[in-house]
Amino acid sequence: MSNHSDTVHHKDNVSAKMGMWLFLFTEVLLFGGMFLVYAVYRYQYQDQFKLAAMELNTGIGTLNTIILLSSSLTVALSIAAMQKGNKFLSLVFLYCTQIFALMFMVNKFFEWSTKISHGLFPGSKELLAKPNGQILFYGLYYVMTGLHGIHVIIGMIAIAFIIVFIHRDKVTQQDFIKLENTGLYWHLVDLIWIFLFPLFYLIQ
Amino acid sequence: MAESSASFYTKSTNKYSGILSWLLTKDHKRIGLMYMMAIISFFVVGIIIGLLMRLELISPGRTIMDAQTYNTLFTLHGVIMIFLFIIPGLPAIFGNFFLPIQIGAEDVAFPRLNLLSWYVYIIGAVLVLVSLFLPGGPIDTGWTFYIPYSVRSTTNVSMALFAAFVLGFSSILTGINFITTVHRMRAPGMGFFKMPLFVWATYATAWIQILATPVIAITIILVIIERSFGVGIFDPALGGDPILFQHMFWIYSHPAVYIMILPAMGVVSEIIPTFARRTIFGYKAIAMSSLAIAFVGYLVWAHHMFSSGMSDTARWIFSLLTFIVALPSGVKIFNWVATMYKGSIDPQPPFLWVMNFIFLFSIGGLTGLVLGSLATDVHLTDTYFVVAHFHYVMFGGTGTIFFAALHYWFPKMFGKMYNIRFSQIAVALYFIGFNMLYFPKFIMGYMGMPRRYYDYLPQFTTLQRISTVGSWILAGTIFFIFGYFIHALRKGKKATSNPWGGVTLEWHIPSPPPLENFVKLPEIKDDPYDFSQLKEMKDE
Repeated sequence: MSNHSDTVHHKDNVSAKMGMWLFLFTEVLLFGGMFLVYAVYRYQYQDQFKLAAMELNTGIGTLNTIILLSSSLTVALSIAAMQKGNKFLSLVFLYCTQIFALMFMVNKFFEWSTKISHGLFPGSKELLAKPNGQILFYGLYYVMTGLHGIHVIIGMIAIAFIIVFIHRDKVTQQDFIKLENTGLYWHLVDLIWIFLFPLFYLIQ
Repeated sequence: MAESSASFYTKSTNKYSGILSWLLTKDHKRIGLMYMMAIISFFVVGIIIGLLMRLELISPGRTIMDAQTYNTLFTLHGVIMIFLFIIPGLPAIFGNFFLPIQIGAEDVAFPRLNLLSWYVYIIGAVLVLVSLFLPGGPIDTGWTFYIPYSVRSTTNVSMALFAAFVLGFSSILTGINFITTVHRMRAPGMGFFKMPLFVWATYATAWIQILATPVIAITIILVIIERSFGVGIFDPALGGDPILFQHMFWIYSHPAVYIMILPAMGVVSEIIPTFARRTIFGYKAIAMSSLAIAFVGYLVWAHHMFSSGMSDTARWIFSLLTFIVALPSGVKIFNWVATMYKGSIDPQPPFLWVMNFIFLFSIGGLTGLVLGSLATDVHLTDTYFVVAHFHYVMFGGTGTIFFAALHYWFPKMFGKMYNIRFSQIAVALYFIGFNMLYFPKFIMGYMGMPRRYYDYLPQFTTLQRISTVGSWILAGTIFFIFGYFIHALRKGKKATSNPWGGVTLEWHIPSPPPLENFVKLPEIKDDPYDFSQLKEMKDE
């Protein structure tokens, strides 16, 4: 390999972080489109949205919020540990993050499967029998939490890569920008959930 | 020749040789050329589809294809020309190649990401092509994918939509790369207001790419979900709103119009000073007008929907905002003309192409005002008038500048000179063919000929025929252009480092450029268009 791009550019951590922030910006806009749709229909079907939201399990939602917030904390701690050169602790915190993420997805799975077993899913007879506003509420619920779930999985894959990189000393105290960027991504996933949680579970 | 100044064709960024040294390259110049190969191939496909459509319309009734085939052809023509040619055309080819050179950098900020976005582009393009041949048949919704037909159509809509999603991803990655490059990679002394205007335009474009594209991405995802699961977000039977789809579609697709035209305006701002031998007039005004267009361009999307159902207040506000976009565009035109005033104009081919552009784009812009006014728009919505308008703006604007940029930078990119006489003939033929093809559509549209129709009333026959003959002249000219470029590649004279007498950084280095762009990092002391430095520059 020549030194053309590898050595010169990849040391520029400011660039790497700037690129990541720009990417996160596009993610915010992606979900922004969804929030726009949500706002339009919430405004149009206020009563129905309230009724439908009562069916959601606020307990599981709260639990998942706590789990996701904790996972953001562990990612931040992992970065701090790496900054101080503690490879072992950094790895431990990343494994914790993975466990939290997995717990989140398991909860989500049970939540969704309960709904589906009650016949509440797009196109089902039970749902189609309900008024339009409730159909839309559940449609948005599945689409938005589903899209968020996909982001959680992408984040888990990214963190898995970082764990491998740390084991192989590709991410070190001197060069941990990949870990930092992954952490940024994970915080975004968390942040989106912080908006999804009240919109679906709390406003009633 | 010293090892360090070997051209980027002979020296590679990786250890491979032959085709792999290209496919795995991280060199922005090679990636630019790979984009060029791919984009021109799809451009040719789009042209051939356009020719077939025009041939069908040479006489009323069925001529060479049935109505369903016609529907798929105009859809594919739109999808290919917009997503595969005109959006990536200037930024991905010339932006990749010249943006780093013009700011004195040796590459973009993320070379690997740059290569990835090329592959993502190719994957998207392949998905478009695959969707043609899968059972179900090619998409027939029109490139706008309007609900409810895009949910009901039994053709491969989801596949084609997913391809557009993937192509958008490529566009976003390129945008992120360019913004970071401009912020972080400028050579010492290259302040923001010393950047060439093409860089400014590409920078503004990159912002639109990352700000607007995610909105179409989510819209596309929603349509695919709607087709697969019937969630009801856009389905009135379940309480959804089809007009909401149109809003979300145009929130991206109108700014996308500026993704297409801004880099073209940047190229014009490069070519005019070079051939007028004068500093650009109103440098800051042009740079800022790019950002102004990028900003105001966001707030005008609903002028595509004047007849689809909106309150009157919304309609006149969007109409007003639409007219406001004309201001920064006017600033540019004024400054270009003022640059030429009292210059010593050297009418070389790139300059002639720019003249072509100003004429065609002005017609496109002025007819845009007709469509931006509420009263006339209601009469002209969904007629050939709209088709003529956006072809004058997109093809007459960006398409023409694509050729201008090709004629301007070809000697630099390939180190070969093309036949000047041929290109002068091509400019003239292009002008004739273009106007023959599209101007009759203004008249037909005004007379009431609807767009996307496969058949027409007998009174339109003469105009339709003129238009079809124009399409032959135009396509013939374009193939002629590609022909003399290929000839130049094989047998052309060697180009010097500065054949046109330009002063931006790319003209300070050999043609074709060395792998590292600059053997020695340039010291930037002059303004970008200070022609007094021309005396000291070598032309070898």
